Amino acid sequence: MRMTTSDEELAFAAAGGDGRAFSLLLERHYDRLFALCYRLTGAREVAEDLTQEICTALPRKLGGFQGTAKFTTWLYRVAVNASHDWRRREATRARASAGWGDWEIARQAEISEARDAQRWLREAMAALPQDLIDTLALLLDEGMTQAEAARVLEISEGTVAWRMSDAKKRLKAMSQEALEDE
Amino acid sequence: MSDELEKLRAEMARTTPAPDRDRRAATLRRAQESFDALQESAAPARPTERRTIWLRLSDGVTTMIDRISPRGAMVATTALVAAGAFIVLPQDLFLLPGAYVEEEVVPVAPIPVDQEMDLADLSRENGRAGAGAVTSEATAPLGQRARPAEAAQSLAQPAPVATARDESVVDATVSEGFTTTAPSVAPPLAQRHALALPDDAVAPIEGSTEAFANAEPNPLKSVQTDPVSTFSIDVDTASYSVLRSSLTGGQMPPEAAVRIEEMVNYFPYAYPAPEGDLPFEATVSVFETPWNADTQLMHIGIQGARPALEDRPPLNLVFLIDTSGSMQDSNKLPLLKQSFRMMLAELRPEDQVAIVTYAGSAGQVLAPTAAGDRTAIEAALGQLEAGGSTAGQSGLEQAYETAAGMAEEGEVTRVILATDGDFNVGLADPAALEDFIAERRDTGVYLSVLGFGRGNLDDATMQALAQNGNGQAAYIDTLSEARKVLVDQLTGTLFPIADDVKIQVEFNPATIAEYRLIGYETRALRREDFNNDAVDAGEIGAGHQVTAIYEITPVGSPAVMNDDLRYGQATAAAANTDELAFLRLRYKAPGATESWLIETPVPTELGAPGDDVRFSAAIAGFGQLLRGSEFLGGWGYGDAIALATGARGEDRFGYRAEAISLMRLAEALDR
Repeated sequence: MRMTTSDEELAFAAAGGDGRAFSLLLERHYDRLFALCYRLTGAREVAEDLTQEICTALPRKLGGFQGTAKFTTWLYRVAVNASHDWRRREATRARASAGWGDWEIARQAEISEARDAQRWLREAMAALPQDLIDTLALLLDEGMTQAEAARVLEISEGTVAWRMSDAKKRLKAMSQEALEDE
Repeated sequence: MSDELEKLRAEMARTTPAPDRDRRAATLRRAQESFDALQESAAPARPTERRTIWLRLSDGVTTMIDRISPRGAMVATTALVAAGAFIVLPQDLFLLPGAYVEEEVVPVAPIPVDQEMDLADLSRENGRAGAGAVTSEATAPLGQRARPAEAAQSLAQPAPVATARDESVVDATVSEGFTTTAPSVAPPLAQRHALALPDDAVAPIEGSTEAFANAEPNPLKSVQTDPVSTFSIDVDTASYSVLRSSLTGGQMPPEAAVRIEEMVNYFPYAYPAPEGDLPFEATVSVFETPWNADTQLMHIGIQGARPALEDRPPLNLVFLIDTSGSMQDSNKLPLLKQSFRMMLAELRPEDQVAIVTYAGSAGQVLAPTAAGDRTAIEAALGQLEAGGSTAGQSGLEQAYETAAGMAEEGEVTRVILATDGDFNVGLADPAALEDFIAERRDTGVYLSVLGFGRGNLDDATMQALAQNGNGQAAYIDTLSEARKVLVDQLTGTLFPIADDVKIQVEFNPATIAEYRLIGYETRALRREDFNNDAVDAGEIGAGHQVTAIYEITPVGSPAVMNDDLRYGQATAAAANTDELAFLRLRYKAPGATESWLIETPVPTELGAPGDDVRFSAAIAGFGQLLRGSEFLGGWGYGDAIALATGARGEDRFGYRAEAISLMRLAEALDR
């Protein structure tokens, strides 16, 4: 067993000016952060950019980490907010934007079976309203509980549960429609 | 049945790509660079929660002393007064929590009861514990939790002063965790008034996403080539509040944030009121320029009529409230709720209120409700929560729809948009927003934009919205400001008495060689726009004052910069040397489509300006100092302070005293 410094301690040390702590913190969380950004946006390029944006802005933001929540909760909130900013920018740039709504990406998938599955995923995500995407993106993170997702989104746990059932309902309705179409 | 979710999870897991290794490395490197850059700029490390309070205190003091110049330090040894709880004597690093200097701390006027309550409320909502810091409320001699702007406002005379050498001093000391007890260095000469620095206002403004609307300062123009000056009036005040929040936060405001006309128009003046049915009266005075003996200021003061308050038409208000996650700071949504509550008390039972939110909680939170039903409105307000995620489809559209449903003949309908700059109202592009608003303008619905908080304040968009929506933009940084905008000036803020007010001045080349309009850069109109009723301009509200100031150079003055034209038409107007200029004003009655014209000549005689006029000149000078104007010569903050102090007048609400404090702060910060 080895000793590990908690995320929170690292975050405080980094906020206090400890460069090593900061670097360690990012090393630890980069991959999960990127995956979250991907789920939030649905485009790899965007996720890379967004992750970079979040990481470079993090030193400044760390001063606002109060330790009242887990570091990941705090970090994910930063990420969700950053993804909102991205959506907003995207909305101004063009109607048909990159991300879950972008069919191009799905069409390029090579194997047809995988393409169908991906297509389904894209259609499903694109059909969901943003708050459900946010909630799903968080809950699909390993180790993210409903309670924690609720804290990240600053909504009640009940609302998370409600959103999940809403998402289920919508997904089910989508499958139904697909069946009827066939 | 919930297979769908499992499928989604599996599919998502399968398709989520691994991060690109190179990008990962590059990003981590950049982040580290950004970390290092921040450390350099904010040299003193932020406190970590685990260091002891003693360690932190002594650290803070050392840092502070390191940053006081020798001269400042010498002064500081004689009097370094901490506002709240301790004295710091830098010479021997003496430090004693709980003690304070007996002499030289001028007792502060008691805060009026109601205000105190407001403050208490506010600080309750503020409630960030400031973990571990010395909070000695019981011993603090000042209006303990009062944030400086409020404090200053209630102090009237005593002006907060800091001779911090630069912003980092203030920054350093406060970021060391002295929440309510920030030390202030006493100034060399006068006023040893203690200064309570704000706990949160001093935090560096995060990020650089603020956008300000401004243009290059108006240039000097030659009357021979350019005799006519045309602009739209502007009753916004946002710029002043923004720069106040910067200065009290220990930073010089960005030059682009300084719009001089908004500074000048922030203050109430008692200009002569109109008689008869005229909606406003314009008074012109001409006097020697404070910063240049060879030029004159031509001061145009417009006073809006003050219809009897009892006769005011019923109001329909739609609050469009930003509830995005970023609004959760204590100086945003909580302050906003507090502000609106204050305003509710001023409304009449027959007025109607609706609340629409955007981002997060969706849509209409409160259907149009009679203002008499306080409980329902308060309940809806109380339930507003920042946070949440989704972009409300188009909050703005819904707000206007709601407003349209409420509007009835003879009533005044207004959408009040409150935001911290996240214009996530469905249309994020300022141009598209402008178009949308401009379209709605014709329905007779007015728009006010209230900005809250700093950090991503989108001043440019605020301006665009207010200007295009027949409305005003104000920035609310404190509860006092909310009171000023929403309570004290309720009538002016909410009831327009003249629409599309344009000013055109034609200068007489026989008497004036050159002129320069101070401020109004973003409000310039083309000469031909003056008579074009289709061109939008600013509104005047009931009881509003609007001030415009020209610096003019008489013919023959040594201050003339341009040589005469060899082939000029100087002869054309040579006949008339009794007039300096001809003033034309155009306005429309609220809702009307055709404009009225008021014309009046400006005689050449110089007058002795009253307090109001001189104070506005001092503010115009202050604004130019903040913008680094080249027209001021050696005239500096000290002169502005002297001029403003001598022209403070009655100053019932303490606004002018506060402005003088800000000038002092700027003087200290701008060295």
